[in-house]
Amino acid sequence: MAGVEITGVSTVYPNGVRAVDALDLRVVDGELFALLGPSGCGKTTLLRTIAGLEVPAAGTVTIGSRDVTRLPPGRRGVAMVFQDYALFPHMTVAENIAYPLRVRRAPKARQREAASEVADGLSLSGLLDRRPGQLSGGQQQRAALGRAVAAGADVLLLDEPLSNLDARLRLEARTFLKRLQHDLALTTVFVTHDQAEALALADRIAVMESGRIRQLGTPREVFQRPADTFVANFIGSTPMNLVEATARDGHVECAGARLPGPPGLVDGTPLVVGVRPEYLAPADDGITGVVSTVENLGVSSLVTLDCPDGTPISLTVPEQHEPALGRTLTVNAAPGRLLFYDAEDGGLLDG
Amino acid sequence: MRAAEDRDPAGLGTARAIGFVAPALLLVGLFLVFPALWTLYIGITDYQLTGPAAAEPSVVGLDNFATALDDPLFANSLWLTALFVLGSAVVGQNVLGFALAWLLRRVRPALRRTVEGFVLLAWILPGPVVAYLWFAVLSRDGGTLGLLLGRPETAWLVEYPMVSLIVFNIWRGTAFSLLLYTSALAAVPPSHLETARLAGAGGWQTVRDVVFPHIRGHVLTNTLLISLWTANDFTPFLLTAGGPNHESEVLPVLIYRQALESGQLGYASAMSLLLLFGNLVVALVYLRLLRRRA
Repeated sequence: MAGVEITGVSTVYPNGVRAVDALDLRVVDGELFALLGPSGCGKTTLLRTIAGLEVPAAGTVTIGSRDVTRLPPGRRGVAMVFQDYALFPHMTVAENIAYPLRVRRAPKARQREAASEVADGLSLSGLLDRRPGQLSGGQQQRAALGRAVAAGADVLLLDEPLSNLDARLRLEARTFLKRLQHDLALTTVFVTHDQAEALALADRIAVMESGRIRQLGTPREVFQRPADTFVANFIGSTPMNLVEATARDGHVECAGARLPGPPGLVDGTPLVVGVRPEYLAPADDGITGVVSTVENLGVSSLVTLDCPDGTPISLTVPEQHEPALGRTLTVNAAPGRLLFYDAEDGGLLDG
Repeated sequence: MRAAEDRDPAGLGTARAIGFVAPALLLVGLFLVFPALWTLYIGITDYQLTGPAAAEPSVVGLDNFATALDDPLFANSLWLTALFVLGSAVVGQNVLGFALAWLLRRVRPALRRTVEGFVLLAWILPGPVVAYLWFAVLSRDGGTLGLLLGRPETAWLVEYPMVSLIVFNIWRGTAFSLLLYTSALAAVPPSHLETARLAGAGGWQTVRDVVFPHIRGHVLTNTLLISLWTANDFTPFLLTAGGPNHESEVLPVLIYRQALESGQLGYASAMSLLLLFGNLVVALVYLRLLRRRA
């Protein structure tokens, strides 16, 4: 059992790309931690740097109390499950799971015993003598997890653990993974580009862009109070409304409406107002617009309003409360749900 | 309409299609099929290069084969050929080619291409040229190897003829294995290699558990090809001519000497058929092993 501490780590590829840039991060013992970001943001490189598959150009990686920066992957006490699972096709499930023990030259009986022990916890008991080719996607994933667990590592690393599964199986596997991690209480870092996956699974999330962490927090913090417009845009299955606004008399003017604003802003300061479609609801006063599209999301619908100045505003309404197309609708945000961002650097303003 | 297109996708018609392949078939027939059948025929005659049997060879049936199998020179050659194939191809080129491919995987591309270039050079130079080069290296009179080892008077090709041939053939043929294994290694998924690294597997364990199972088919194909090429290789004649005293007389050299030095064309043909038969057996064994994999 051990936490992971990353201090000032930069990882540079031979072609000069700085995939991870002077990054600090601390993963607490027993935590399920997500590295989230668009492709090319450096999240996989950071994971591989923790694993020791990439050597950082600067900085240190500490696991538990050991500085592992210069240790080879096999001696860091980490196990990793790759996106393609990397099961050895010529070995049975049992041999695959017991592979870390085989490398350490454990006796055959001990290997077999460990494999069946691990397989029990992963509902793979009946499949121990199968080859990976004879398993379904979900079973392959569990076999790969089994091999990582059998390694007896302090830290488990998962690269896009759910992306190779089809949509329905993905939900099942997500629940399974969360329960497994909870039962093992094993420090786990996983990489994903899917914000819904990160929100659902992780105890804490680091949102990354261009090799740096944009925001670090619990799923709730990241969802409710994105630290900047990049995170605000990236998190949420329906994109957040980000509307250009101007400060005036302690209020903000946007989309032809006047909303209560943050205190202490000079009149005329440009800023960006952010509000999630889920936090907007019809009200007596607020932003007014004409209903231009209604998209059915199942239990709710996504309604887009065209405001007088042309700004589109989205909100979700419960099913059977969809407004008719062309109707004029006034909406306002639930208390405390309006977020204000600096128009220049996109940072969140207090207020 | 569809069916007609399937049968005649080029839209040429049978006559014109035959016209197009006829030149190729003619050349194959003239230079491959006819000589093979001709060898088969003279293998059962007492055909000679000169003398009465050259003008009017008579059929002697399987006598040539019986003589060959009873001939100590043939047995000696068979043993030397097996040694040559095992030492220089199955073990030498195979292991060295794989080791080079494995080690060159991670080095800088410039260095890798330089090494590959040198190895390839040994492969593409014509046999007589490299034979001459090795003659210079191994010569008793100021040969490079003798000077390097401080033994200038050693006649390597006379004192160690088979060792010289085996080393020579490894040097000459490793390029093919290197190229084949380089491309085979590129097909091993990186995540499998990294999984082994994370489990703490060393170099040998990684090769045994991850790399070899992936490239088993390549290993078999490579071993088959280089075995056959080595068994039929005639370059040893250019280096030692089979000597001294038949000590390096592999089968192709024996056959050549029987045919053109002793003039026994019929007998030599019979022996080359036995060599062909041996090659076939080896090829069948390999194919069986390959099929068991699938």
